[in-house]
Amino acid sequence: MAQREEMHLTGQQASRITYTLESSLDSVNKVEQTAEQMAKKAGIEEDEIFRISMAVREAAVNAVLHGNSYDPEKRITASFENTGEALVIRISDQGKGLDPSTLPDPLAPENLLRGSGRGIFLIRSFMDEVHFKQLHPGTELTLIKHLGAAQTGS
Amino acid sequence: MKVSTRQVDGVTILDLSGRITLGEGSVQLRDSIRDLLAKGSKHILLNLADVNYIDSSGIGELVSAYTTVRNQGGELKLLNLTKKVHDLLQITKLYTVFDVKDDEASAIASFTRS
Repeated sequence: MAQREEMHLTGQQASRITYTLESSLDSVNKVEQTAEQMAKKAGIEEDEIFRISMAVREAAVNAVLHGNSYDPEKRITASFENTGEALVIRISDQGKGLDPSTLPDPLAPENLLRGSGRGIFLIRSFMDEVHFKQLHPGTELTLIKHLGAAQTGS
Repeated sequence: MKVSTRQVDGVTILDLSGRITLGEGSVQLRDSIRDLLAKGSKHILLNLADVNYIDSSGIGELVSAYTTVRNQGGELKLLNLTKKVHDLLQITKLYTVFDVKDDEASAIASFTRS
């Protein structure tokens, strides 16, 4: 398992963690679990933790499966940051790039019974902001959940 | 994910528990449905009471199971959705596609008998 991890736990970036991981399902699970722990630590309520960790899982699946196509030479990068105002999760791959405007609408009647194509839709449904950036090669997704409303007792 | 199979009044009930996700439960579910259809079981009830997590791959697998069974002249219904799975099916507009039941006896009785 060639898995490289980089932890940035110093100074002003005390709450930022970055992983560079191989293109595998183990990486997807690790990224999902990290998001879940981060959301818990931020005091976010349980249903919202589920939505965040699922959105992050979907982004990691996209990176590993559709981006890198499980290529053992390619890596995904996942960074997790609590800015105090928001949880910011960035997931990038080294694949051929993704143009979100070309994705079919999974809610259209003709697509409803398709066996795939719901990942990005769920990410957008569950996060407050989703941004796509082309890396040439690859794609970076930034997932943002604003703190405040999502936290318990606030 | 764990799968156990029961037969009640001509209906095959699959009791699923755990996660239906890419790499974890999706393939198992697909294989289970394929095996049942190969054996001629066409009345299939998926009991999702103990499914606590499902991702887009798992949702896709449920849809594929539904269409595969229907294309072979059978019926596939869902039983006992957890709130998480219920909400996901609502968001993806699949709740009305599936025949969703919350009582096992009436679910079994609802299958079309020839």
